[in-house]
Amino acid sequence: MKFIIAIIKPFKLDDVREALTGVGVTGMTVTEVKGFGRQKGQTEVYRGAEYTTNMVPKLKIEVACSSDVAAQAVEAIQTAAGTESIGDGKIFTLGLEDAVRIRTGETGDTAI
Amino acid sequence: MRKILTKVTGMAALASMSVPAFAQEAVEAAAAVPNPGNNAWMMTATILVLLMILPGLALFYGGLTRTKNMLSTMTQIGAAACLAMLIWVMYGYGLAFGPEGNAFISWGKFFLAGVDSSSTAATFSDEVISEYVFISFQMTFAAITLALVLGSVVERMKFSAVMLFGAIWLTIVYFPIAHMVWAGGGLLFEMGALDFAGGTVVHINAGVSALVAALILGKRTGYPKEPMPPHSLTLTMVGTGMLWVGWFGFNAGSELEADGTAGLAMINTFVATASGALFWMLAEKLSGRKGSALGFCSGVIAGLVAVTPAAGNSGPFGAIILGAIASLVCYYAVSFLKPRLGYDDSLDAFGIHGVGGMVGAIGTGIVYQPMFGGPGDGSTAMGAQVITQIIGVLVTIGWAGIGTAIAMFATRLVTGLRVTEEVEREGLDLGEHGERAYNY
Repeated sequence: MKFIIAIIKPFKLDDVREALTGVGVTGMTVTEVKGFGRQKGQTEVYRGAEYTTNMVPKLKIEVACSSDVAAQAVEAIQTAAGTESIGDGKIFTLGLEDAVRIRTGETGDTAI
Repeated sequence: MRKILTKVTGMAALASMSVPAFAQEAVEAAAAVPNPGNNAWMMTATILVLLMILPGLALFYGGLTRTKNMLSTMTQIGAAACLAMLIWVMYGYGLAFGPEGNAFISWGKFFLAGVDSSSTAATFSDEVISEYVFISFQMTFAAITLALVLGSVVERMKFSAVMLFGAIWLTIVYFPIAHMVWAGGGLLFEMGALDFAGGTVVHINAGVSALVAALILGKRTGYPKEPMPPHSLTLTMVGTGMLWVGWFGFNAGSELEADGTAGLAMINTFVATASGALFWMLAEKLSGRKGSALGFCSGVIAGLVAVTPAAGNSGPFGAIILGAIASLVCYYAVSFLKPRLGYDDSLDAFGIHGVGGMVGAIGTGIVYQPMFGGPGDGSTAMGAQVITQIIGVLVTIGWAGIGTAIAMFATRLVTGLRVTEEVEREGLDLGEHGERAYNY
């Protein structure tokens, strides 16, 4: 099993969700996050007082899936979230030891 | 026309003899001397000025502060205004508009002694309005001026200190200046200084007092290193709109009658403000920035402040120029002068009300002249009028500066001025009032 963490542009969420459903991913978790990478922040000015925000708002998506769909899922996210401009985000894939469905107690691939 | 209306209303009063006794008395008293039209307009104008304070100024100032100080800012404004109302009827009215007095202060009519519903106050013609209405109208001016001062000290001054400072400041600063400028026999009134609706009494006075208070109080912890952006420009915009609407009561009401001069004050309050708003945004653009919402709001206030002394003393096109110049000067004051001088006037009470008030007060001497479309008859030379205006400004600056310093030092001895650094970090909403503005 694999655990995929993707940081994407907030307005790309629907595209990414659709693409992931298309490759058979059945669930995901979304969090609003702030951070920085190569993309620079914005400058705000209030009556001459300048504030540079160097943290950019992004969405963090977490997906657990079986190993055989992981590659397709990563590709789906990459295609759906891309705008070919700086600040599109990153995708990280981690190995996942186990999963448990709380209601039934199922474990492993069947729990996802 | 006004006389005919009075007679018609008088007959209407006779015709309605069958109404309950208390209403009948009110109608007869109103018909007897004050023109009901003028009275009705002045009652409306009074309530419009109240709207400027609550919720207008409370929202305008509140939106500019940080989330953790929203309630503290709004509560200080509301409570200070209430304090001013009570002090006004106890002794403020007597000190400013009492029957006896000298060039600096008056006395008499304390606790409104001798005033009843048949008492009248003179307007600028041979008309009168009910004295209770005049007292109420002037009461709102005292209240808003004190509330304006607080703009420079929010986010760090104790609530108890605000209240004590307010009481002292009204007594030794506001009432004497109101007397000097507006009451017959007052120093600046007799000199012929033009101040239609309170450019000196309200705005220069509040602005200079705010600057001195902020200097004595000290900067907010972390200023200017930590970012302190406004928490809701949406609310600031809402407050700006209410201030503009209320300002028609402030400016056009200052004629004390519903006549043509009140109409002039009204149109000037439209066009000077419109010009102020656009010129502030233009100044932002020209200095390489973006025309901003806060710039729009600031320009509206700068235009309103500048047109206050000129409202009935300028033609519409003089008012447009005045609004534009005030906006540009205030933009420079808050964006470049303040950071360079390093004082922490949190919400720019001095930068906009003080500076805009000075531009307006001195500019009134110019736009008053008939060659600029003003209502002056040209009997006072422009130079002489401008010098009188400058003297008025200087007297106000000196009196407000010294009086505020005394009030601040006296307050420091009794209650202390600042909240602890811990409360300041946590926010005055929680530390001073035990509430949060927003519970998500």
